[in-house]
Amino acid sequence: MSVGIRRIFAREHGIPEQPRAGAITLRAHGVSVELGGRPVLDRVDLDVVAGQILALVGPNGAGKSTLLAALAGELVPAAGTVELDGHPLGHWATVDMARRRAVLPQTHTVGFPFTAREVVAMGRAPWARTPRQEEDESAVAAAMTATDVNHLAARPFPALSGGERARVALARVLAQHTHTLLLDEPTAALDLGHQEAVLQLARDRAAAGAAVVVVLHDLGVAAAYADRIAVLESGRLAAAGPPRDILTTDLLTQVYQHPVEVIDHPVTGAQLVLPLRR
Amino acid sequence: MTIVFAVSIVLLVLLALISAAVGQVPTTPLEVAGTVLHRIGLDWGPLPKHPAGQITLLQVRFPRVVLAILVGAALATAGALLQGVFANPLAEPGVIGVSAGAAVGAGVVIVAGGAFVAAWSVAAGAFVAGLGTTLLVYLLSRSSGRTETVTLVLTGVAVNAFAGGLMSFLLFTASDAARDQIVFWQLGSLNGATWQSVAVVAPLTAAGVLAAVLMAPRLDLLALGESAARHLGVDVERLRRNVIVVVAVLATAGVAFTGIVLFVGLIVPHVVRMLVGPAHRVLIPLSAILGAVILLAADIGARDLVANADLPLGMLTSLVGGPFFFWLLRRTRARSGGWA
Repeated sequence: MSVGIRRIFAREHGIPEQPRAGAITLRAHGVSVELGGRPVLDRVDLDVVAGQILALVGPNGAGKSTLLAALAGELVPAAGTVELDGHPLGHWATVDMARRRAVLPQTHTVGFPFTAREVVAMGRAPWARTPRQEEDESAVAAAMTATDVNHLAARPFPALSGGERARVALARVLAQHTHTLLLDEPTAALDLGHQEAVLQLARDRAAAGAAVVVVLHDLGVAAAYADRIAVLESGRLAAAGPPRDILTTDLLTQVYQHPVEVIDHPVTGAQLVLPLRR
Repeated sequence: MTIVFAVSIVLLVLLALISAAVGQVPTTPLEVAGTVLHRIGLDWGPLPKHPAGQITLLQVRFPRVVLAILVGAALATAGALLQGVFANPLAEPGVIGVSAGAAVGAGVVIVAGGAFVAAWSVAAGAFVAGLGTTLLVYLLSRSSGRTETVTLVLTGVAVNAFAGGLMSFLLFTASDAARDQIVFWQLGSLNGATWQSVAVVAPLTAAGVLAAVLMAPRLDLLALGESAARHLGVDVERLRRNVIVVVAVLATAGVAFTGIVLFVGLIVPHVVRMLVGPAHRVLIPLSAILGAVILLAADIGARDLVANADLPLGMLTSLVGGPFFFWLLRRTRARSGGWA
């Protein structure tokens, strides 16, 4: 009964449609955030585009996670607005947002010994009592296969290693089947092989029409996978654009306050970012 | 899972029959079943042979058995809810002080109104104080969206100590009759259960357990942490508010007439999690059933362990539950690799 009443009175907006390629799903407009009285983000403008991977890079404390939290609606900006699918975040109910964008947090803790499969299935919660509920089984199975965690299905989440937790958490986010993905350092706990696999997954999702935002530390990886890169420096957007335009020796040396060299791979031509070492 | 449910329900019925058969007036479980069936219009089974058997069953033992079932279900469900909303296996109405707070509320009403206040107003006093205490503990033990185990347990220590102080003050100022009533709570006992008290506790427990079952699926997501739950579409603030009200209702049901029975809400959800896993849509209803089973068993023990003595129920659950809590604490600590 309570469910029916909620559906009548709540501001739910039904099941979203797939955005066209190139459409802006998330837009930050002049977003400023203060934490504990200290400005952390200063008038950031950013568009998140369907069909593309946007990498957020920058030194520690530059505001990458804060910007991601603001885009996710977790932090209310002191100034500026965040729009999701053309409407300010305040327009959407919590469950509407959950059907439009998924968020992978930086740390992965689960309070009780849920199995890995149960954790992944939690990603389907926004679709409960909608026609898309029928896809639950296949979405969970596909996400677990994609992140290579099928063999962990019956293991309790708290008993998994750091890298296994990270992959299960990613599977949960993929199972949510949203057209915008916000991933906060998805590769932090992963070995080289799984790191590449995860970014390949992000690229596949983007190719299928999703808008993907990834916080990354490895600039070479960002260069290889991102369609656009946004560089944050002390809460301001230092530069944003295609990797070729953004990842330059001058800009990176200035932002990271460490001499950096950007060269092309002699064989493949891929951009390589190397910190200079003495 | 269905088997676990079936076994629990069979156990519940058996224990209820045994519990009603135990006492100074000799009856058998079969006679108990016969009495129940005759009351609902089926002339099956034997009636008690003892001349006072039927009246004893109907007036004394049945309300006691029913109250044990209700209180056990209420406490275990409240424990499961609190653990879910804190995402912490050590939360329990008794341990974090909600039961003590609710008992103070009931005590105030009794002292203020004398020994003859209506059952409903005692329950109302317990509810208001229980709600206040739950809120207080919740606000005190959380920081930036998380509850650290140490903070939770220490908050419980502080709240229990404060409630204990208020209780002592009430005892000190109360009339003799009111004092008896308050002492009876602190022991925690089903002795003196009446149909009148059942009539107060039953709707509270029924409403609380029903609400708990309805909100169960969303509690799972809270295990991911508050912000992750919000990203998955859970209105965390609202869920939290609802859970706190339901916990207060259930704690009231558990406290209003039986006093403080500790650790049922801690042990039962924990055992259920070991049996069927942590998913709340199973955990909560099964906790309600097993809570009733545990309290029935404890009450049989309370009446049977020492001949001709009605041991306080709260004493028994504390003697068993205390060491269990300690073990759980050690294990939780070992898992998280130390407290700070």
